[in-house]
Amino acid sequence: MEALYAFCVGIMTTCGVYLLLRARTFAVVLGLTLLSYAVNLFLFASGRLKLNGAAVLGQSEQYADPLPQALVLTAIVIGFAMTAFLVILAMRARADLGNDHVDGRFPETPNNNNKQEKN
Amino acid sequence: MSEYLFWIPLLTLLGTFVPLLTEKLNRNLCALLTSIAPALALLLVLQSAEAVFHSESLRQTMGWIPVMGLELAFRLDGLSLLFSILIIGIGLLVILYARYYLSEQESIGRFYAYLILFMTAMLGIVLSNNLIQLWMFWELTSVSSFLLISFWGHKSEARKGARMALTVTGAGGLALLAGLLLIGDIVGSYNLDLVLGSGDLLREHSLYPVVLALVLLGAFTKSAQFPFHFWLPHAMAAPTPVSAYLHSATMVKAGIFLLVRFFPVLSGTELWFLTVSLTGLTTLLLGAYIALFKHDLKGLLAYSTISHLGLITLLLGMDSPLATVAAIFHIINHAIFKASLFMATGIIDHESGTRDMRQLNGLWKYMPYTATLAMVAAASMAGVPLLNGFLSKEMFFTETLYQGSLGSLSWMIPVLATLGAVFSVAYSTRFIHDVFFNGEPINLPKTPHEPPRYMKVPVEILVALCLLVGMMPNFIVGDLLYFASAAALQAEVPSYSLSIWHGFNFPLMMSFLAMLGGLTLYYNRHVLFRFQSQFPDMDAKLVFEALIQRLVRHAQRTVELFENHSLQRYSYLMLFFATILMAGPLLDLSATAGLRPELPIDAISITGAILLTVGALVTVIWHHQRMAALLALSIVGLIVSLIFARYSAPDLALTQLSVEVVTVILLMLALFFLPQKTPEDSSPRRIIRDLALSSMIGGVIGTICYALLTRPLSTISDYFLLHSKTGGGGTNVVNVILVDFRGFDTLGEITVLGIAALGIFKLISRMRLYMPVSDETGRLWANDRHPLLLSVISQSLLPLALLVSVYIFLRGHNMPGGGFIAGLITSVAIIQQYIAHGVEWVKPRMKLNYQWLIGSGILIATLTGLGSWLFDRPFLTSWFDHFHLPILGEFELASAMLFDLGVYLTVIGATLLILANLGKLTTVHRATDMEQE
Repeated sequence: MEALYAFCVGIMTTCGVYLLLRARTFAVVLGLTLLSYAVNLFLFASGRLKLNGAAVLGQSEQYADPLPQALVLTAIVIGFAMTAFLVILAMRARADLGNDHVDGRFPETPNNNNKQEKN
Repeated sequence: MSEYLFWIPLLTLLGTFVPLLTEKLNRNLCALLTSIAPALALLLVLQSAEAVFHSESLRQTMGWIPVMGLELAFRLDGLSLLFSILIIGIGLLVILYARYYLSEQESIGRFYAYLILFMTAMLGIVLSNNLIQLWMFWELTSVSSFLLISFWGHKSEARKGARMALTVTGAGGLALLAGLLLIGDIVGSYNLDLVLGSGDLLREHSLYPVVLALVLLGAFTKSAQFPFHFWLPHAMAAPTPVSAYLHSATMVKAGIFLLVRFFPVLSGTELWFLTVSLTGLTTLLLGAYIALFKHDLKGLLAYSTISHLGLITLLLGMDSPLATVAAIFHIINHAIFKASLFMATGIIDHESGTRDMRQLNGLWKYMPYTATLAMVAAASMAGVPLLNGFLSKEMFFTETLYQGSLGSLSWMIPVLATLGAVFSVAYSTRFIHDVFFNGEPINLPKTPHEPPRYMKVPVEILVALCLLVGMMPNFIVGDLLYFASAAALQAEVPSYSLSIWHGFNFPLMMSFLAMLGGLTLYYNRHVLFRFQSQFPDMDAKLVFEALIQRLVRHAQRTVELFENHSLQRYSYLMLFFATILMAGPLLDLSATAGLRPELPIDAISITGAILLTVGALVTVIWHHQRMAALLALSIVGLIVSLIFARYSAPDLALTQLSVEVVTVILLMLALFFLPQKTPEDSSPRRIIRDLALSSMIGGVIGTICYALLTRPLSTISDYFLLHSKTGGGGTNVVNVILVDFRGFDTLGEITVLGIAALGIFKLISRMRLYMPVSDETGRLWANDRHPLLLSVISQSLLPLALLVSVYIFLRGHNMPGGGFIAGLITSVAIIQQYIAHGVEWVKPRMKLNYQWLIGSGILIATLTGLGSWLFDRPFLTSWFDHFHLPILGEFELASAMLFDLGVYLTVIGATLLILANLGKLTTVHRATDMEQE
């Protein structure tokens, strides 16, 4: 099960990072959202996986670690705020600059950046 | 006596402010008050002379950063004494001189402030007993000399000259720092006393050549040795008092001082001899040769200074104790005659309006007194007997005869030295004959006349010294020279005689030859001038500027390699290096899996994982179709909340679920204004590159996650589990952590949430985005914006949803729930009204100001925290108690619930502020309207 969990985290990270590296703002927002899912799950994993653990005192002998949960809970909310900020920023950029490229302008030639790449 | 030592630089440092404060008074008073601090410092120095002449070195040390071996340490030995007297003495004369030199319009206060600051820096160098401290003063001379040289900042040449001086000496300073750090490392201390005692250790160390090269770089750049000599002539753009000070007794002598100071530890090797003496010899000849061809008086003096500095360097490179004595003697003499010559030049320039020797002729008739003074000083520069320049030059000639380090080529040194002296005599003769005789002046801007009385005083004093030292050397500078030499050598001073007459010998013959040769050369100067005019005029300034420009361009190209204004490039590089840093430690991990037993895999988990994987992959694959990608993304979000639910985190599941709803609505709204499709503008190469990096990161993160999951847990949560009920009064530990144990963090977080929402609000207001009437394929958006079915259902759902959220909020302390979740549920319920009925319908029916909501939420949370102060408890201490009410039964009241209410309100306010305002963009009501309400 742990392997499956880790695999899911890895997949989400991969997809998130790939989208993060795209040239249009909306893809970046999607990527960031995916990445924040992955980060939240990763943080959550630091409390280890526990089936049927008690979240509330007195229900069971086996408790799930509450500390990562508390951290992740606020992380989810703050993550939402950041996503919202980013997407509105993207809209504003499009309104003011007339395009939705992450640089606020198009590169001079479409493959300009690739030519300079060394890797 | 030694406890007053640090007052010497401190007095001048304080003195820096005097001219700035007294500038408003008249100029005489300002000059007088300015000279008080240096005069007092000079008194202190002279008072200490007694002790130094009894072979004592005075020391004073104060702790600064003891851990790093840094201290404020001062030391006054014979060498520092000599230099201090030169620095302050000539400095005082320059203050007097500058009073008459600068015009009424120029800010004399600023000039004096720079001058005294520079004096402080120089004193700091010669008095330092700590290498790092010495270096700091060294750099201060570079900076303050920059200010002095660029004093006439409106002139391009002044700015360029100052920049060049700063660049060259500053770069040398960096090399010196490296050298000093190495010395400190080898010796194990930065204390000069200890360093001076570790000569053998340093010379035998394998890094000795490096240390020597670095220190010499510092010294040679400062003292304008070939090939770094080019900055000095350009520094002549400074006002003449500055030149008189910087290029006689100070700035350039700092480099010489460094050579003398480190003479005991760094000299004595073949490497020292070759580098220092050959550099000195080259500089001596080059400077003397070029000086003859300069038509500008100051240019002539500048190259003559370079030449004399070369002479001193050559003497130091000869590696014999007597040569070092001669070097120190020449330092004194050069400072005296060169300062007076610069001042005389300044007077000529001031009173006749030019420094060009092609125009200046026959000034003897106009200013005979000044002419006499200048002629004596120039004669001293040429090395005429009975003047001080003659004495040190004789010593120099003697030394050139007695060294044999060039093997069978050693005879060249005296010959070349005589040749240098020939040129020296020739340019000195030119200075005298061209300016004061040689016919009538040509086209002078002013009719020359004698300068004001007191402008001549400094020159008189210096010229008198030339004569006195020249005739009674032992009486005037005997002790000073002896103890300076003793300090420089750190050994027994060899016997030498400072008399005028040593009989007919080789050195005298060399002097005689030089005189004869020089006069002959000057007489036939026209032949030489014609020959020299065949060479193109090379301007070091242009070469230097071009070099600097090339450097800047190169640096720019290097920077642009990384910084090309492409966010994608930055993200890529950052992630790339982050991955390397993350992956590094994984290599040391012997096995991926740990010892913790793993949970069995079941069908539900596999189904969930497949859904999640497909969702994530589809988001990526379809990301050009933005709507489809968004839907796929929401599947991932839902599975994530299910994962939380499965692994015993109901709070997280609830939060994730409600956030998911809000996020998707938000993104859909945004999508309404953004392009519906993403064009395919990534090249295949970039796609492969990005895929490679993202897979690598995913792999690394997944591995870390797996390694983490399979290792035993050691947690600090037991504390929270133990005290949640007893200390926080709640059984939902997660909620108690949020509102009680870590309440301060939560307060910070809701504040961030509020700030983000306000930021978004400001971004939305005045957004110049117009509602699209159709999608990109040209289909019109549906007219039927508010489906009836949804309106009816949502309206009846609202009270129910609110009830649920209140319930979730109230039970949050003991059961899954709490402010965050309840707030999100409320928000979703209200947003649903917006969706079902539209902004126009909701607006008049719900008069909630979301900004106020955020503010009051944060205020309530903060006040709850502050409330504990009333009971003398720390911020955010919680309180709870149980009550019994007749019908309802027992229930609990806790201050944490009030705090949670703050959280609840902030979350609602923030979420709705964002979504409602974004939603308003789709109507005629813009956010700006709301601002006015």
